[in-house]
Amino acid sequence: MNRLIEYMLPPAKSTLAGETDALFAFINISSFIFIIGITLTMLYFAWRYRRKSDDDVTPVISHNNILEITWSVIPLILVIIVFSWGYSTYMKKISPPSDAYEVRVVGKSWLWEFHYDNGNVSVNELHVPENRPVKLIMSSDDVIHSFYVPDFRVKMDVLPNRYTSVWFEATEQGESTVYCTEYCGTAHSNMLATVHVHSQEDFEDWLETSGGSGEDLPPVERGEMLVQQNACMTCHSTDGSRLTGPTFQGAWGSDVPLENGETVQFDENYVRESILEPNAKVHQGFQPVMPSYAGTLDDRQIDAIIEYIKTLQ
Amino acid sequence: MATSEASTTYKKIQVRRYKPEENPEKNYLNEEKGLWAWLTTVDHKKIGLMYLASIAFFFLVGGILALILRTELWTPARSFLDADLYNQVFTLHGAIMVFFFLVPSVPTVLGNFVLPLQLGAKDVAFPRLNLASFYIYLIGALFTLTAILTGGVDTGWTFYTPYSATTGGNVIMMTLGVFILGFSSILTGVNFIVTIHKLRSPGMTWAKLPLNLWALYATSIIQILATPVLAITLLLLTMERALGIGIFDPALGGDPVLYQHFFWFYSHPAVYIMIVPGFGIISEVVSTFSKKIIFGYWAIALSSLAIAFIGFLVWGHHMFTAGQSSLANLVFSFLTFMVGIPTGIKIFNWVATMYKGSIDMKTPMVYVMIFLFLFMIGGFTGIMVGALSVDIHLHDTYYVVAHFHYVMVGGMVMAFLGGIHYWWPKMFGKMYSELWAKIAAGILFIGFNMTFLPQFIMGSQGMPRRYFNYLEQFQPFHQTSTVGAYLMGTGFLIVAIYLTYSLFKGKKAGPNPWGSRALEWQTASPPPLHNFEHIPVIINGPYDYHKPMSEFQLGVASKHNGHHAEETVDVPESAQEKA
Amino acid sequence: MSSTSATEEKRLDHVQHHFVDSEQQFESAKMGMWVFIVTEILMFGGLFVAYIVYRSWYPELYLEASTQLNAFWGMVNTFVLIGSSLTVAMAIRSAQLNQIKGLIYNLYITIGLAFTFMVIKYFEYSEKLGKGIAPGEYYTYDGLEHEKANIFFSIYYMMTGLHGVHVTIGIGLMIWLVVKAKKNVFHSEYYTPVEITGLYWHLVDIIWIFLFPLLYLID
Repeated sequence: MNRLIEYMLPPAKSTLAGETDALFAFINISSFIFIIGITLTMLYFAWRYRRKSDDDVTPVISHNNILEITWSVIPLILVIIVFSWGYSTYMKKISPPSDAYEVRVVGKSWLWEFHYDNGNVSVNELHVPENRPVKLIMSSDDVIHSFYVPDFRVKMDVLPNRYTSVWFEATEQGESTVYCTEYCGTAHSNMLATVHVHSQEDFEDWLETSGGSGEDLPPVERGEMLVQQNACMTCHSTDGSRLTGPTFQGAWGSDVPLENGETVQFDENYVRESILEPNAKVHQGFQPVMPSYAGTLDDRQIDAIIEYIKTLQ
Repeated sequence: MATSEASTTYKKIQVRRYKPEENPEKNYLNEEKGLWAWLTTVDHKKIGLMYLASIAFFFLVGGILALILRTELWTPARSFLDADLYNQVFTLHGAIMVFFFLVPSVPTVLGNFVLPLQLGAKDVAFPRLNLASFYIYLIGALFTLTAILTGGVDTGWTFYTPYSATTGGNVIMMTLGVFILGFSSILTGVNFIVTIHKLRSPGMTWAKLPLNLWALYATSIIQILATPVLAITLLLLTMERALGIGIFDPALGGDPVLYQHFFWFYSHPAVYIMIVPGFGIISEVVSTFSKKIIFGYWAIALSSLAIAFIGFLVWGHHMFTAGQSSLANLVFSFLTFMVGIPTGIKIFNWVATMYKGSIDMKTPMVYVMIFLFLFMIGGFTGIMVGALSVDIHLHDTYYVVAHFHYVMVGGMVMAFLGGIHYWWPKMFGKMYSELWAKIAAGILFIGFNMTFLPQFIMGSQGMPRRYFNYLEQFQPFHQTSTVGAYLMGTGFLIVAIYLTYSLFKGKKAGPNPWGSRALEWQTASPPPLHNFEHIPVIINGPYDYHKPMSEFQLGVASKHNGHHAEETVDVPESAQEKA
Repeated sequence: MSSTSATEEKRLDHVQHHFVDSEQQFESAKMGMWVFIVTEILMFGGLFVAYIVYRSWYPELYLEASTQLNAFWGMVNTFVLIGSSLTVAMAIRSAQLNQIKGLIYNLYITIGLAFTFMVIKYFEYSEKLGKGIAPGEYYTYDGLEHEKANIFFSIYYMMTGLHGVHVTIGIGLMIWLVVKAKKNVFHSEYYTPVEITGLYWHLVDIIWIFLFPLLYLID
């Protein structure tokens, strides 16, 4: 049974995962006992009392109050145990320690942005230190998303009109997947991110080097890195295939047809505008769904992206 | 009316035995013929059958959509659909199955057909309104089909704002369709409540009401109390898109979580609209095929009402991760567990009814066993997702998908199939092939578990729902699930084939093939146009198997049993029993 | 169930085949309408909840925005509807007393009052729309400072609009009653449609009696 439950759950990598799993196991085991017990009783009755002739006479057993009370009270006690247990762990899950390290999280269709206390921003990669409580303060730029890390057993909806928060304390170094679990449209299932759990020193190193901003790289390479980091490729292919947004391949210098019948040239200004104010001029046949990167990307970074797109002929 | 004369003022009425005719010449199927007579009929039995046809159609559509989804999920990335199309398909699968199949199916098909028969009434209280409900259902369906053909809908069946307020497609048509459908549901509920209150035949006291009717009564109460709130919610959502009223749209100053409260205030009770009538069917079948008085009549009857009322107070458990206060979560979690208790009581009482019975494992009883097993799994996994800390992990994963399919398909659909097989001889006077029926039940059972058991595991492992792409580690589960889905599809196909076949080539059923004591079996199969040739009089409970059959076939001559046909009043002379 | 003479038999034409007697039919219809009224209350209840939620979040918004509503005409409309409730009750009374003329006259007055209500509502709406006080995103009026003023008026339009739809349906029902009454369908033994339409009309009236102070009289 223990093996089965271990198999059913993802690895437990946060301080509160164990408590959640214990309740999961408790409910599974007690349910299993009930289900098997009742099913066997049912099958036994069906066989033992099978119809022998059409004139079978059955006893008049219309009710039994003691039985009724028994099978109301025993489950009642059990569910109250489950309820209290679930509630107490839940309270721990929503009460972050006051010294928790805070990260701002912004959900956009369809990417995750993580803002750190020193101004660093990472997209679709969350870097956290090991053995230290981390509190995420989350909001959405558009529709509702939900932040879910199975390995930590935490989940919280990310709303457009208010802040929500979630906290965890990772117990081992490594990587875990972040999923969006509130349906948010076309690329909902691609709205994934990775949590990188570092040791305290490595984390500080990472913060220092800002996760490799690539400022020292040549613009084209920096642009390619930024396009990957900012999850542009979730929607824009570089090989000509059609995703949620138009492809980058061969785009440079072309005439972009707009919904209103006009065309606009794909040049520096168009790229810049489309990054900062994506829905101003939307390519014909595509939905106006791209989030704005104003505040995420600065002018030098946009320049680098432009240089990179130029190479995709 | 007659009831009060029989029960409260103790006026003596003389009754005589009316044995149902074995081979009636006239019945409701052949008395008014032709397409027009069907389309304009106010007969509850024909309306029930018209619903059966429409619901079977929508079940087919929803089922095909489900197979499309499962096929697409065979591989982790794109198999043959675009993400946008996939999103539309799962939205439609959910919306069609919930609003056009699960919610109306048992009340409108089996409820319409059986309710007046079990009461000993000639029809429901408002027959024309009943027909109107059917057409409202069709108009709602028409709107929905229009929505599908003019842009589709990709919001998920829950229409969460702000996504539903901003996405493309024809959401307005869809929400209007469901809005209209709501009125069909409300009017059916009104009709059933009044019928149960006012049209009981003499001697049918509340204590002698069949449990199926207690269940339908509880269902109707939920329908009339919850559906109007859905109606207004969808109206607000429609206005949101049409006029941008902004009550739910944060971009205009509104609040999306308020929408969720509104939506689940209906949609959680709606779950009980779907499952509670199934409980009624189980009670009838278990007693008939155990040939034994039901155990704990009042426990089962009142637990239906308890579920109906507590069911109104648990909607917030859909929003444990939506950012509502921890106090709200505490209350909703606690109340959620409280719904579990009456549900458990029912299961224990059904099993206890089998004790020392004379159990005949005919197809309906097989479905009862399948129901009990699958519904228990559905119920216990409900406990799992009701527990706050665990739900935080499982919310919006495949675990929840599996949980509600166990409750809805394993519970409600299996109960519905049990009911269809139980009342099929009454509806058409024909028997289906017992062998094929059992084979199909077996295939459905295996296929169902194969489809949804793996989903519990991948859900626990963290596979979110409504995902078009998924990580490779989940592929074996998805593939098992897909194979199971096709197996289930085969099972349903076999059911459709042998039931249709039985209509033409089936053996004659006779009025009471199961030897039931219930009132609907004390008239011919198929029943005459006005159900009974007499006014039935009830002196025993519907499950009193220790009393002779003759005591269940009593009645007085009916005064006017046609549409105002001039008839001489037949004074009963050879009264054998007195009430 | 008692024996009926030939003349009484004719009066029982209205009893549908599935009812035992006139009384059972009447009781059923009445109960049906009451149950339906419950559903109506829940439907409006949804809007009242939206109203209460926003009012508890933004009490000052309600104080500020309600000044744009004309309490005088709201009051007039309240009296108009209360009056029509009275005349519909008198119509039922007339039917019970077999006074078919009185029934028709009272229905006419009720219809007239309902029209008056709708006309006043029309002027109120057009005055507001003229100022740019439209629901939600079409809201362009700048006389109010509160940023959520559009939401208040969304709620206002939804509530009064849905109520207006009910008034219109009521007018339709009463015209139908007049037609039926002129065909001499109703008499003291059978006036069920008049009775249940009356119930419906009282509901429409009562909802307005709640809407009026909640929207117009917040000060």
